[in-house]
Amino acid sequence: MPPLITGSSPLVRIGEEDQLPDQATRRRFFELMGASTALITGAGCTRPPTEFLMPYVQPPEKTLPGVPKYYATAAVVNGLAQGVIAETHLGRPTKIEGNPRHPASLGATGVLSQASVLDLYDPDRSKVVIYREQASSWDAFISAFQQLLAPVRATHGRGLRLLTETVISPSTGAQIADVLAALPEARWHQYDPAGPHSARAGSLAAFGRYLNTYYRLDRARVILSLDSDFLACGPASTRYAHDFALRRRVRGSNTAMNRLYAVESHMTATGGKADHRAALRYSEFPQFAADLAAALGAGGAAPAGSKYAAWVGPLARDLDAHRGASAIIPGEHQSPSVHALCHALNTSLGNAGSTVAYTEPLEVRSEDQIASLRELVSDMESGAVSLLLILGGNPVYNAPADLDFAGALRRVPMSIKLGLHADETSRLTHWHLPETHFYEDWGDARAYDGTVTILQPLILPLYESHSPVEVLDLLLRAPNRTSREILRAYWRGHAASGGGAAPENDGEFESWWRKSVGDGLIAGSALPEVTPAQAKAPEVPHTDSTVRSGLELVFRPDPYIYDGRYANNAWLQELPKPISKLTWDNAVHMNPRTAARLHLENQQVVELKYGGRSVRGPVWISPGDADDTITVSLGYGRTDAGVIGNGAGFDVYCVRASDALWCVAGVEIATAGASHRLAATQTEKSMHDRPLVISKPVALYESDPDFVSRIRPEPLLDETLYPQWTYTGYNWGMAIDLTACVNCNACVIACQAENNIPVVGKAEVLSHRDMHWLRVDVYYTGNPDNPSALYAPIPCMHCEQAPCEEVCPVQATVHSSDGLNDMIYNRCVGTRYCSNNCPYKVRRFNWKLYADWYTEQLKMQKNPDVTVRSRGVMEKCTYCVQRIREAEIHSQDEDRYIRDGEIQTACQQACPTQAIRFGDMNNSANQVARLKREKLNYSMLAELNTRPHTTYLAELRNPNPALLEHS
Amino acid sequence: MPEPFHPLANTIFKLVLLGAGAGLVAVLWIAYLVARSPWEMLQQVPREQPVAFSHKHHVGGLGLDCRYCHVSVEVSSFADIPPTAICMNCHSQMWAVAPEVEPVRASYRTGRSIQWTKVYELPEYVYFDHSIHIHKGVGCTTCHGQVDDMPLTWQSPRLTMSWCLDCHRHPDRYVRPRSEVFSVTYKTPPDQSTLGKQLVREYQIRSLTSCSTCHR
Amino acid sequence: MRVDERQRETARPLRAGEEGQAAVVAPGVTFKNLTGQITAIPLQPHVPAFWIACFGAATVALCVMAAAIAILLDVGVGTMGNNIPVAWAFPIANYVWWIEIAVGGSLLSSILHLFNQSWRNSINRLAEGVTLSGIACAGLFPLLHLGRVWIFYWTLPYPNTLTIQPQFRSPLVWDVFGIFTYALASILFWYLDMIPDLASMRDRATARLPYLVYGILALGWRGASRHWRIHEKAGILLAGLLTPLVFTVHTVVSFDFAIALVPGWHSTIFPPYFVDGAILAGISMVTMMAIALRAKFDLKNIITERHLNNLAKVMLTTSVILCYIYVFEPFTSWYSGDPYEMYTVHNRAAGPFAWTYWAFVLLGLGGPQLLWWSRNRTNPKRLFLIAFLVVVGMWEERYMLMVTSLGRDFMPSAWANYAATAEDNALLYGSIGLFLTVFFFLWRTLPMISIYEVRQLLPLSKPGGGTVK
Repeated sequence: MPPLITGSSPLVRIGEEDQLPDQATRRRFFELMGASTALITGAGCTRPPTEFLMPYVQPPEKTLPGVPKYYATAAVVNGLAQGVIAETHLGRPTKIEGNPRHPASLGATGVLSQASVLDLYDPDRSKVVIYREQASSWDAFISAFQQLLAPVRATHGRGLRLLTETVISPSTGAQIADVLAALPEARWHQYDPAGPHSARAGSLAAFGRYLNTYYRLDRARVILSLDSDFLACGPASTRYAHDFALRRRVRGSNTAMNRLYAVESHMTATGGKADHRAALRYSEFPQFAADLAAALGAGGAAPAGSKYAAWVGPLARDLDAHRGASAIIPGEHQSPSVHALCHALNTSLGNAGSTVAYTEPLEVRSEDQIASLRELVSDMESGAVSLLLILGGNPVYNAPADLDFAGALRRVPMSIKLGLHADETSRLTHWHLPETHFYEDWGDARAYDGTVTILQPLILPLYESHSPVEVLDLLLRAPNRTSREILRAYWRGHAASGGGAAPENDGEFESWWRKSVGDGLIAGSALPEVTPAQAKAPEVPHTDSTVRSGLELVFRPDPYIYDGRYANNAWLQELPKPISKLTWDNAVHMNPRTAARLHLENQQVVELKYGGRSVRGPVWISPGDADDTITVSLGYGRTDAGVIGNGAGFDVYCVRASDALWCVAGVEIATAGASHRLAATQTEKSMHDRPLVISKPVALYESDPDFVSRIRPEPLLDETLYPQWTYTGYNWGMAIDLTACVNCNACVIACQAENNIPVVGKAEVLSHRDMHWLRVDVYYTGNPDNPSALYAPIPCMHCEQAPCEEVCPVQATVHSSDGLNDMIYNRCVGTRYCSNNCPYKVRRFNWKLYADWYTEQLKMQKNPDVTVRSRGVMEKCTYCVQRIREAEIHSQDEDRYIRDGEIQTACQQACPTQAIRFGDMNNSANQVARLKREKLNYSMLAELNTRPHTTYLAELRNPNPALLEHS
Repeated sequence: MPEPFHPLANTIFKLVLLGAGAGLVAVLWIAYLVARSPWEMLQQVPREQPVAFSHKHHVGGLGLDCRYCHVSVEVSSFADIPPTAICMNCHSQMWAVAPEVEPVRASYRTGRSIQWTKVYELPEYVYFDHSIHIHKGVGCTTCHGQVDDMPLTWQSPRLTMSWCLDCHRHPDRYVRPRSEVFSVTYKTPPDQSTLGKQLVREYQIRSLTSCSTCHR
Repeated sequence: MRVDERQRETARPLRAGEEGQAAVVAPGVTFKNLTGQITAIPLQPHVPAFWIACFGAATVALCVMAAAIAILLDVGVGTMGNNIPVAWAFPIANYVWWIEIAVGGSLLSSILHLFNQSWRNSINRLAEGVTLSGIACAGLFPLLHLGRVWIFYWTLPYPNTLTIQPQFRSPLVWDVFGIFTYALASILFWYLDMIPDLASMRDRATARLPYLVYGILALGWRGASRHWRIHEKAGILLAGLLTPLVFTVHTVVSFDFAIALVPGWHSTIFPPYFVDGAILAGISMVTMMAIALRAKFDLKNIITERHLNNLAKVMLTTSVILCYIYVFEPFTSWYSGDPYEMYTVHNRAAGPFAWTYWAFVLLGLGGPQLLWWSRNRTNPKRLFLIAFLVVVGMWEERYMLMVTSLGRDFMPSAWANYAATAEDNALLYGSIGLFLTVFFFLWRTLPMISIYEVRQLLPLSKPGGGTVK
């Protein structure tokens, strides 16, 4: 059969098709745009090296060099889609933005979607087929594979096993179904280490069948999170955060706010944001939920003096008062019984159908994945598996330790692994096949509500690689089809599943196809809602949970590295974790009291022992965690992730058992050796009574709207010796709504992607040289035993009277005619005086040559409109000046002014809650100008009279008076 | 011991001192002159190209419009170097066998780009946009000189920052009517002082001298 | 005034109240043997072991610094421990420290000259040596500390194709001018002051090479009264020029901090505070050098207890002023009502870098207080030790000013600690090597005691000699 064809899939742009740029133009891109990665020192006296121009031979239509193009596709994050618009320069995706039409995005993006573009260019991605640790080729594999298949086909697939991660993509599902139909004896197993195992079991317990649950928080007045970090983590978090903030937008006299209760075992971004927060041990949640259910008459006996009465009482009353307008959200890692109880509560409160939506499962086949994996492993050990095909996933690294997947795999006569990286699993399989990244190939994926996006390639595969469907097709027919053919064939038959009429003819299908691809989603493809019967609350044994003594070890997916699959993404590794602000490491989290009881210091290395297995990691003391609860995040301690991920943190999978995926009680802890330095970007989390981040109850605002101006009086305009600036044209400014910020850090990554911000590595972070232009400050507040957290994104303030401008000896940072505080890298000599004099400390310095000027793949991601900074120069937030200038030129070409909202800074565009607003303050009709007129508006460190262009709207919270009395 | 130094020694020494001082000044001055010399700036130095392409022939002789080849100049920051296909529009018939054009045909055959030497090289931290300058009435020849008279293309101005700033500070001295932007024969009229001011008003030309106008 | 008149003038009988004071110059010193004694130091063929030891050690340290600089230029300033927020640390502390030491020397040579403090004559040249060596080190650090040192000249105004000039509101630009002027004036003053002695060297030289070298350097000095008159005038003029510089230079240095709004820096007391500290540190360094050299080169008869006593008194006075400033710092910060200022004061005494603060208080402020006892003032060993402690203490102070103010300013979220690297230490100790190399080189090659000025302290030489008494 002919080898699989690569690169035949043409790029499809929103609307019409065009050619791919050829090799020459790729080089040309470097010459023209990529050349901006060199910052030549000196002026005039240094002749730049001769450069060359490599024009197209045949220009693709509608391609203008220097004008980026935008394609609709989706970022597939842990199997689920977030609709995105990808900006590409001459065929190179450089930046990911949200797709406003897509329900999981609404124009915003999550951290993982933003970072996905770096995964595409990861230099450590596997580039060649590997056979028994030797470089091989696809041709070799295909011929070998056909020989392997002959006996399998003869026995209708006996001994053939597929192992995949949870399959949600409809076309992939269909492809697998075809394979199983053709080879009825073959078996298909799914395993996701951090998947919604509890949710499946919970739904089964509550409704007797698998259902997909999602929430409509824009309809919720009262929200209770049971250990769920729904604002910052999870496939729908972007949408949840958006809807959540929608109901907290206090403007003028409109003071309506929703209320968030959070009960947590480990402090998360969501918990810090909550109006009321309580720390509870993992094992206590079923009891708490049961007591709540009882108090609300949702089943279960009324608690005889619940030890949570202080909370349950007022909470139950509040929920009762908002039937149908409340939502109770269990943490994905909470036990099935908690999930079932939440279903019971939601259904009995009438939330089902209003704030809580149920649909058929997203995944093609729902099952108890642990059981499925266990079955596979036992078969592998018994020798029943002759040919194992692992499509994605990394079970050797992340399968439960008690199953010993690696050992079983060694017994399989022939194993094949398809993946982005040659990872731990690939080391033990006979074949490793490079997989295409979802920005390189055709495919489809579902969002949290079932909405389907057709993935179109943004660039030819960088390496000889193929998608799972193409590999599966090898089992079905020869010559095999490309993923585009497979995809189109599938949707030719299922176009109607989008609710619309089935296309009569090719013409209709073609237009349907173009529209679906162009829109970035298939209209009406969201799964229809089902209305389940009243869920039955499972009986929770009324044990006094304090009886269950001993330390509890709770496993959680890492907010950025997730289950370990993103371990080699440098942006994510260096992105500070929402609360702990740690980078490059995971840690053994415990609250100060527990640490004191165990006589443990911060960063002290401890050994966790459970079930004969043990792991070592450094302690990180995290206020707000539950007593005697140790929280560790999955995904670290990789050995074959790549240069970035290898050796970062410690691997907790090796103490994770299949019977206790999320929590084990009675874990032993012992100090082990010296301490391990952890790199946190923020070490001081007390505000020292300085009015930096202002947060007050909404009640205060209602009674006294002017309270902010009393806490933070603005100095008079004439209280300065410097002349006033006058702006005839634009006067750019930013307003940040602290009530809306949920500390998801999407803005930070977006800024990094847009502005070519380098990654500096753990050692440099340890010496406080992190380069993020935008940081999210976190301060603990309230009762130290059970603190709440304040969040504040801190970009450059672009001060009107900028202290940095006064002290630069060479005019490298100056005021622009439109109110910006310009930073001119090529003029900077690096005295760093500006940073000393910046009270907000938002300036970043290139202490060494941080930018990667040599790795070709990483060059391709660089934004050609932003200078890549050299060694020895200062840099900082520019308000995305490149976007401002582009819009200026664009509007001037059309002889008009820039419209409000026409310019979005990268952080603003990524922000799910629209906490950040940017625009021209000279036009009082503009959103930013309106926000700055709000009574909540204040300048940080106003008394210094820097008169920042970035101002903040004080945070308002909506505590429950009844509960306040108790605490 | 006798006085070792001849009476002239003092005078000589004074002269030496004087010379040293003057020498230092001279060295600095020369360095300064070299730094801004046409030679250092590659000003008016014809650059070798893989194809001996002559603007003099194509523009001056045949009178091709700039935009026939530089297609994106009005809409993009980058004026674009013509794809081989555009060359072949004519050269598939004209000079179809001429050896001078062989590299072009070769490129068309093999699909490999022609590697032109960049003549106008701005530092990488400078962001220049053609479209807006065209739109505001800055003629091609204002910066690129009389290309219609260049057998091999060279860099006409010195391309120093002061040169850019001169126009950014006094646009009225250089702008011309939009209708004349692409004209290579346009000569600055005697009433430029009045015409310029009028055009600046008409085209809403602002004198943009903020650093971030060009440096990002 | 002719020379012999001047000598008669200086060799005056004791005034009231001067009884019991040690003589400025010990008995037995005459024109003849004085010149011989001083010129012998550079001219003597065999090199004293002490000098070889010191110079050798200094050169080794200098080589270390050279290596450190090479690494610095190769990798970048990241090899130093600086970070955000502590963007200035070791290099700037060193810079300020060395300027201080230099300024102290100038004080002796110029100001006391103007005030006709004849006792300074014996150690004047030595003080200038300290100044020059100090400037050499001080000039280095602002450059090494730049992110892109190869374009340091952008801080100078010069015609350029960018039509951009330095930003004159920035104290760093003032600094550039300040240092250049100061260095120039100091070198001129030092050289001019030395011309007559260079002539003496020339006349004493026996070998041909030194003969020619000193001859050229002496600029044909013949000791004619016209020469003396011009030399006298020029000396006064340059001293007059240098005197304000002593204050302005360090005032400008203090502006680098006072102009910034960093809590703990933003204070009007900084100029006098810096100048006073400079004098303290500088005089201490001069004292150390004077004591070491007078012992090793047997100059007790020229650099007498009287000198040590006076130097000690200057140290004591300036340290008392410094104490006053530090006593009032908490008050002023409290009186300002500025929470950030108040926190900084607290942070200095109790924060993570409190040890630097207390080290300074103990050494820089406490050390000189021992000089209230005259025994400590006149006992060379003790005085040397005290001076040493002060010099160390003054460095601690500069370091403390950097890390405590920058490390914890306005936003707690940006607070961070600072840790010096090997590079930092290599540069600091290397610069001490540079200082000593230059100083000992001067000592070995030039008359480091001003012969003609010491002569002015002698009576007309007559058989049997005579002394001031």
